Amino acid sequence: MRGYLARKTLVYGLTFVVAVTLNWLIPRLMPGDPVQRMVARAAVQHPETIASMTDYYERTFGLDLPVWQQYLNYWAALFRGDLGTSVWLFPAPVSQVVLDAVPYTLGIMIPAILLSWVVGNSVGAMAARSRWLDNVALPIGYLITAMPYMWLAILLAWGFGVALGWFPVAGGYDFGLVPQWSWSFALDLLQHWVLPFLSLFLVALGGWAIGMRNLIIYELESDYSNYLAALGAPKRLIRKYAFRNAMLPQITGLALQLGTILGGALVTEIVFAYPGLGRLVLSAIQNQDFFLLQGTLLFVVIGVLLANFVIDIVYVLVDPRTRTGLTGATA
Amino acid sequence: MTATQPTAAPGAEAGETPGVTGPVASGGRKAQGDVRETLYFALRNPKVLIGLVVVLGFLLLGLLGPLFLRHAPMDYAGPPMAPPSADFPFGTTTFGQDVFAQFVAGLRSTFLVGLLGGGVAAVIGMTIGFVAGYRGGLIDELLNMLTNVVLVIPGFVVLIIINAYLGVRSVPMQALYIGIFTWPWVARAVRSQTLSLRSRDFIDLARLSGVGVGTILRREVAPNMYSYLFMTFVLLFGGSILTAASLDFIGLGPTNAMSLGLMMNQAVQWSALHLGLWWWFIPPGLGITLIVGSLYIMNVGLDEVFNPKLREM
Repeated sequence: MRGYLARKTLVYGLTFVVAVTLNWLIPRLMPGDPVQRMVARAAVQHPETIASMTDYYERTFGLDLPVWQQYLNYWAALFRGDLGTSVWLFPAPVSQVVLDAVPYTLGIMIPAILLSWVVGNSVGAMAARSRWLDNVALPIGYLITAMPYMWLAILLAWGFGVALGWFPVAGGYDFGLVPQWSWSFALDLLQHWVLPFLSLFLVALGGWAIGMRNLIIYELESDYSNYLAALGAPKRLIRKYAFRNAMLPQITGLALQLGTILGGALVTEIVFAYPGLGRLVLSAIQNQDFFLLQGTLLFVVIGVLLANFVIDIVYVLVDPRTRTGLTGATA
Repeated sequence: MTATQPTAAPGAEAGETPGVTGPVASGGRKAQGDVRETLYFALRNPKVLIGLVVVLGFLLLGLLGPLFLRHAPMDYAGPPMAPPSADFPFGTTTFGQDVFAQFVAGLRSTFLVGLLGGGVAAVIGMTIGFVAGYRGGLIDELLNMLTNVVLVIPGFVVLIIINAYLGVRSVPMQALYIGIFTWPWVARAVRSQTLSLRSRDFIDLARLSGVGVGTILRREVAPNMYSYLFMTFVLLFGGSILTAASLDFIGLGPTNAMSLGLMMNQAVQWSALHLGLWWWFIPPGLGITLIVGSLYIMNVGLDEVFNPKLREM
């Protein structure tokens, strides 16, 4: 077990370094000179002013240092929790802006992920080898997974929001309310939460159901199932074993899917103008606020890595083979 | 990277149990008969047929449609906000642009990004998977580490950074970036299958005959998993389309082309929802859903074609 976790930790550590490095490197590959561009935007003519402005910007962003030192400074700032200052919401620090938005994103993502996983797995397990359910559930499942997240979000917003008027379609809470601890505010928050949650939940649901259905079918074909059947074990028992074995790849799948669902959450939030990380990403892009963009995305990467780690620990608890040092999961 | 994974990942896991996704060692020599038999079953499988018809229908529409259109996608061609009519089958936007013309142009980008993005990811993933699985040892360790790192990085996030900073001017460029971040699960699956094939007798025999690694992989290993590789490509194709649509929707798509994601972006941006212009935002999403959904359903059918065990179902 220690070997398994050590290996995982190594992978995540390495991934973190790679992600941070990419985050640092990509802006520096940008065509053109950003400092020149910022100076040009100020539209000054005087050569001395241009020179001193260039100098100022280069010092502010630490661009006058050698590249390796810039890189180390980036890491140092990162560990101080300093992600820079937002240009869009000047002078708010990026870390504060991001922390304010995180609860909204987590609020729709975590319930959507967990519920879709649980419900999808049970629907998929029921559908496997049941001709009637399979013929209905399978095509629907495939069409739902094939939906672009934002399209389902648009449809829900249009249908339940604009056309029927059941739910609000924009914002995290009513624009007339001030965030506070009260029942009316909580209710309002909940109303705004329903549609983003639902669209995320539905798209993810189809994938889990299909995955589970396929896995159960494979498991029911395997030797142990046939052996149990030959011994005369009741169908229910065989299916129970099949289900438990099929859970393991689904847990791994949960880790693999995190990035996708997260991308889905970002675009869903944009459709509903939900005040989470997705809206931050959009605003940052529209306002050319690169500090905010990078800070947000770095946060997202860290979140995904942590979640992966949690899933790995769950895997150790669920699959005894990883505990005894046998190769249960592919590291 | 996209919704393909719940369907694909279990396949990858199952691939470790020999015989499940069906690399059968005896195949490979009677290729022509195999192709004919595969076609025989494929063309009699309703899932494959339906999927194929829908996908090819959209492809034809994308390829031939622009020849019959009178307006360019961005032209201010007609009255603003007109509902579907004989002149404008999908209606017009708030600016009087022809939605059908945009849709047809968007279909082209959609297929292009699927083909190229899926292609790039397939080539990288299969190469790494084959080499890692066949060579083993240190090379395997290193490639495996690389695969795991790219697998855990949320690719969509990196794509946002790349597109925001470096800019994406064309669809092929976007496809290339998407391909670079979606190959890991392919590499994993191909590696585990290659591992199980490596110790078979016919591979040993090929090695004894003194041919190079590349030849063995190409002529002995790959043919035994052609069916699996083809299905992988279909999934990657659909995945690239979905990823590209999300990026376009955020406004990070190619700047010189119309795409279905961009249509949705503009529809939301110009409040088509509140104005009730359903003909503006329903077609692009429906097009993507039908294309990608048909690909997935076709894949289930192909699974039944390639894997006789599933056929009686």
